[in-house]
Amino acid sequence: MLEIKNLHVNVEGKEILRGINLSVNAGEVHAIMGPNGSGKSTLAQTLAGKQEYEVTKGEVLFDGKRLLELSPEDRAREGVFLAFQYPVELPGVSNTNLLKTALNEIRKYRGLEAIDTMEFLSMIKSKMKLVELEQSLLSRAVNEGFSGGEKKRNEIFQMAVLEPKLAILDETDSGLDIDALRIVANGVNKLKTKDNATIVVTHYQRLLEYIVPDFVHVLYKGKIVKSGGKDLALELEEKGYDWIKEDTKEVQVQV
Amino acid sequence: MSSTEVSTIEELTNKEYKYGFVTDIEAESLPPGLSENTIRKLSAIKAEPEFLLEWRIKAYRHWLTQTEPHWSNVKYSKIDYQEISYYSAPKKKPKLNSLNELDPELRKTFEKLGISLEEQKRLSGVAVDAVFDSVSVATTFKEKLSELGIIFCSFSEAVKNHPDLVKQYLGSVVPYTDNFFASLNSAVFSDGSFVYVPKGVRCPMELSTYFRMNAANTGQFERTLIIAEEGAYVSYLEGCTAPQRDENQLHAAVVELIALDNAQIKYSTVQNWYAGDKDGKGGIYNFVTKRGACRGVNSKISWTQVETGSAITWKYPSCILQGDNSIGEFYSVAVTNNFQQADTGTKMIHLGKNTKSTIISKGISAGKSNNSYRGQVKVGRRAENARNFSQCDSLLLGDKCGAHTFPYLEINNPSAQVEHEATTSKIGEDQIFYLNQRGVSTEDAIGLIVNGYCKEVFKELPMEFAVEAQKLLSVSLEGSVG
Repeated sequence: MLEIKNLHVNVEGKEILRGINLSVNAGEVHAIMGPNGSGKSTLAQTLAGKQEYEVTKGEVLFDGKRLLELSPEDRAREGVFLAFQYPVELPGVSNTNLLKTALNEIRKYRGLEAIDTMEFLSMIKSKMKLVELEQSLLSRAVNEGFSGGEKKRNEIFQMAVLEPKLAILDETDSGLDIDALRIVANGVNKLKTKDNATIVVTHYQRLLEYIVPDFVHVLYKGKIVKSGGKDLALELEEKGYDWIKEDTKEVQVQV
Repeated sequence: MSSTEVSTIEELTNKEYKYGFVTDIEAESLPPGLSENTIRKLSAIKAEPEFLLEWRIKAYRHWLTQTEPHWSNVKYSKIDYQEISYYSAPKKKPKLNSLNELDPELRKTFEKLGISLEEQKRLSGVAVDAVFDSVSVATTFKEKLSELGIIFCSFSEAVKNHPDLVKQYLGSVVPYTDNFFASLNSAVFSDGSFVYVPKGVRCPMELSTYFRMNAANTGQFERTLIIAEEGAYVSYLEGCTAPQRDENQLHAAVVELIALDNAQIKYSTVQNWYAGDKDGKGGIYNFVTKRGACRGVNSKISWTQVETGSAITWKYPSCILQGDNSIGEFYSVAVTNNFQQADTGTKMIHLGKNTKSTIISKGISAGKSNNSYRGQVKVGRRAENARNFSQCDSLLLGDKCGAHTFPYLEINNPSAQVEHEATTSKIGEDQIFYLNQRGVSTEDAIGLIVNGYCKEVFKELPMEFAVEAQKLLSVSLEGSVG
């Protein structure tokens, strides 16, 4: 589904990603871990199409299409969803209005008719239950006055409504208490099918106790320095990132 | 009509005839130029009573002593008042046989606004078929209203049929000496609307549908007078969301509202006159005086306006809170794009005890436009416990536009509580990216954000108007992102 080949990205003239290679197939969950500043969020935002991030080299294929050539909205319409680390507030724009606009844009792109209002309302009500959100949140402005936990749950709720092929969760666990974490993880797990894929970007292993990854990749200084199964996350938890840093140094020395 | 009046009219009409004046009302118009004689002719054509002619003449003489004001934050080229024709019968729009003959640009805008085909035809002067019989619809409305004793008619009809009411209230809120443009309007106003709601009557419908059917040619010096007697209620909608093209550059209207004891008037405006082209050429100058008097105790006047059109908008719908416990409200969205200029706001004059006022102003500037909020809150010496809350927000799209706020406070009573909040913001790149990431295009994203920003004002509009206003906003800001 997703094929990242030798991706290099500059942010404000500084090279942050220095040759990422990664393939993700339908039905898989990938975790990307790494210490602060290793480029995890840059990777997530680059895939979503953030303009300020300049791709200097490499290619990304999504279902065979050149993802980097698409506008951010077309990437979303193709089925890429980013759950933001810091969801923005949209004063006066109700959650329902945003979701209906977004869903219909995506449907239009795929040649489908706009969704019937009644059908839409009953659909979003059932999806809200997935992340245990209060119904009153629907009529409130997007993320305005939401608690940190509500914002993150709202991201997963949007994901549930928009049903992406590829979901990228950027530090969705940060700022969540253990109950909220469980709710968010449950939601993500319930949305998992054999046709979609998830990339979980996280600093801590904690989230991966609830969302069990098929693959774990360690990002360090803009490169994936280690890949493995779910056990790799536990190993990292135990030994910390210093071990990877040491390892990388050795590798560099050997080279 | 007295015999002297008749003879005066005869005399005047005869005189006019010498200047090639044609008595056929449908086709007549006065040559450009303004003098006492022009006003006499105008008044005679309309067969006005003596008091009105005298009033017009006094206004004209006063106007001569004034100079055009230039204190607003707008710039425009000099207006030659002698080049304007002060009376012309309703201008006939070119007759089209079908909508296919309509300017495609205009048609596109109509479609974006979701204006029905029948409405499109009416607005653009296409011959209307039998399905849309505006005359009979209007008559039905009129019958229903007159059963309740509500008078709703053109200003000219009111002068003819209800001269006492006109005489009693005309100029009682905006005197002819008020300002340069109000004096001019008083001298030469051609027509407008008149509403009278009798004691204890709640007007059962928004006075809009009927108005919109009849408002196609209200002229450049419009006069509106609305009177709500004791305990009466009326909601009045002015304007139309469809783009109104007009050959007259200067529009100087006057609107007067009078609310007696326990009466309530809600006045909503959507203004979308021609704003000029992308380079700032052409467009309407909209210099309006709108004022309401809360004369009675517990009376309330609310102004809600959505201003997206005109090259220059210069207006301050105001409330004089005379009655104890009276309430004044002002909700405004003013959008400027390209080279548009707007200097708008309100005046809340607290005179009675326990009077309250609320001001919510949302300015949106795009392109190279300039948008100013100018508001005055005045609390008189006897206005015990006056309260005011003002919130003035400005939203900037791009970095070539301007937003300005000029609040004036004059408090003469120590028990007053006055609050003023002001914010200026830009649409964040992160907000747009967030919406893009949900599949929403940048243009639609801006539409969503701007409509969200205006929500507090839109919720004051009658439902049908609010939906149109939202669409209008998106159309007005089209192409402002780039």
